Amino acid sequence: MNEAFEPVLLRRRGVAGSQTLAYYQQDGGYNGLQKALKMTPAEVIKVVSDSGLRGRGGAGFHTGSKWGFLPKNYEGPIYLCVNGDESEPGTFNNRILIEEDPHQLLEGIAIASYATGASVAYLYLRYEYGQCYRTLEKAIEEMYANNLLGKNILGSNFSLDVYLVRGACAYICGEETGLIESLEGKRAWPRIKPPFPAIEGAFRRPTVVNNIETLACVTHILDKGPEWFMSMGVPKDPNNPRDPGSYGPKLYCVSGHVNNPGLFELPLGITARELIEKHAGGVWKGRKVKAVVPGGISMGFLSADELDTPLDFAGPGKAGCLGLGTAAVIVIDDQTSMVDVLYNNCRFFAHESCGQCTPCREGTAWSSKILRRIRDGHGKMSDLKTLEDISNTIGIMPGTTICGLADGAAWPIKNALKKFRPEFEEYISKGQKTEMREALAAH
Amino acid sequence: MSALSPEIREKIISYYGRYPNKQAITLPALHMVQEAYNCVSREAINEIADLLELNPTQVVDTMTFYGFFRDEHHPLGKKRVWVCRSLSCMLRGGDELLAEVCDRLHLRPGQTTPDGEMTLELAECLGACDGAPCILINDELQLKVGVEEVLALAKPQGGSKS
Repeated sequence: MNEAFEPVLLRRRGVAGSQTLAYYQQDGGYNGLQKALKMTPAEVIKVVSDSGLRGRGGAGFHTGSKWGFLPKNYEGPIYLCVNGDESEPGTFNNRILIEEDPHQLLEGIAIASYATGASVAYLYLRYEYGQCYRTLEKAIEEMYANNLLGKNILGSNFSLDVYLVRGACAYICGEETGLIESLEGKRAWPRIKPPFPAIEGAFRRPTVVNNIETLACVTHILDKGPEWFMSMGVPKDPNNPRDPGSYGPKLYCVSGHVNNPGLFELPLGITARELIEKHAGGVWKGRKVKAVVPGGISMGFLSADELDTPLDFAGPGKAGCLGLGTAAVIVIDDQTSMVDVLYNNCRFFAHESCGQCTPCREGTAWSSKILRRIRDGHGKMSDLKTLEDISNTIGIMPGTTICGLADGAAWPIKNALKKFRPEFEEYISKGQKTEMREALAAH
Repeated sequence: MSALSPEIREKIISYYGRYPNKQAITLPALHMVQEAYNCVSREAINEIADLLELNPTQVVDTMTFYGFFRDEHHPLGKKRVWVCRSLSCMLRGGDELLAEVCDRLHLRPGQTTPDGEMTLELAECLGACDGAPCILINDELQLKVGVEEVLALAKPQGGSKS
């Protein structure tokens, strides 16, 4: 069925002029917004809810429900925060979506703002995406000039301002309440929940935080309808009443040891094997897969025996991973040391822990130090037990931290020590050392 | 003499209407100042605090949380080049690239060449994993780079993208 799949979100990728309003409009753009403005906000929420759309940023929360949590008839401002802080290692779909097709996203922002009653949308974009920033600046300017932003959009009673906000290279700003704190001009320390942002978010007002790919999907759901969206992906599991299904197209980022790294749009539920072999050109240098990160490094690892795992919202979890995450697939070949891979992961989280919760701050720092010691040839078998203890005690799930960064730091350790344990044991018992060089920061 | 130029003060003031309070302008103001002066000096912090009706410690608190901003003792060079070391880049030689560049330039990440031409930084995932190993030059990504391309950036006008 994948052969026949026509890209939706990436349809305009690579087309000359795809960033301009003129091209976007002659290609059917802003139809979804026009349809939405003829409906009531509650009807728009229902359409999005009926489509089964789940957030693409990592948690997979049902978007219609998130919007539905806002207080009814609230007097005063409601805010939409657009999470463009895409920083999960392996993930780059927001970058390409914005660089290639900014209006697709901005239309989704306008629709979501109308549905939720937001009159201001803040688009928080990671600093590293300078080209995206300038592309969006231009697109937003075009919208104001054409009555698609500002007062009384397209002659309706709906008014909206969109402001771009640049981040400053901090992974934690992708956590929705960390993003809100950063937006407010503070250090990006995630907030204790509840209250959730829908009740008390930006500037203590009801707020929806949505991912960029999610909002790009909203544009098409309004244009083509919820049934169209549900014609793609993996239906609800009839044996699991709590499974909301995995509907719609998904952007899969593939990187690492493949012949053709890139961004592939496919219906949710493609297997890791099919994605790697059919779309990303297979493993490079004729090698075999050792491990695959299914959705950004915080999701853990699939082993070579688990490549038939479907990459829908439920699949990676069944294979012991944390979840689908951002669907950023990183392929690791059989010549790579999992000790080096895990060290890289742990070092990342130690660098990016915001320091607010002690279990995370200390747990990520020590796991990184222990793995560096193992890599230097000074590991002890008891280090593996210590790493396991850390991985079992930091995070929301064990109830010791405010946000999920620590769960994401713990998961690769858990998966690596469970699925690749003999490699770690052999590395330590033989006193192996890494051959990789490392440059340490001056301060 | 004021640390902030009239243009930057005007630009900060022009952001007042964007947010329901002035503290939210902290991050945009820090960006504006660092972009103009290659660092955020103590005097600049005080003036930002004045304009945003904050205590200077509030600005310092935010500024120092993000390792991105530099004080006047650690100003940036003309170019700031970030080399990615996260997993996708590591698998395609990112660590080696950074280590080699450090050796050849006699720099550690965070330091600037003696002539002030280039500041070298290590980066966590830059979001260009399809082009690993990748770097960021100021705020422009460059994909699939080699050692020589990074070294060229350390030379005056070297590797100019404009």
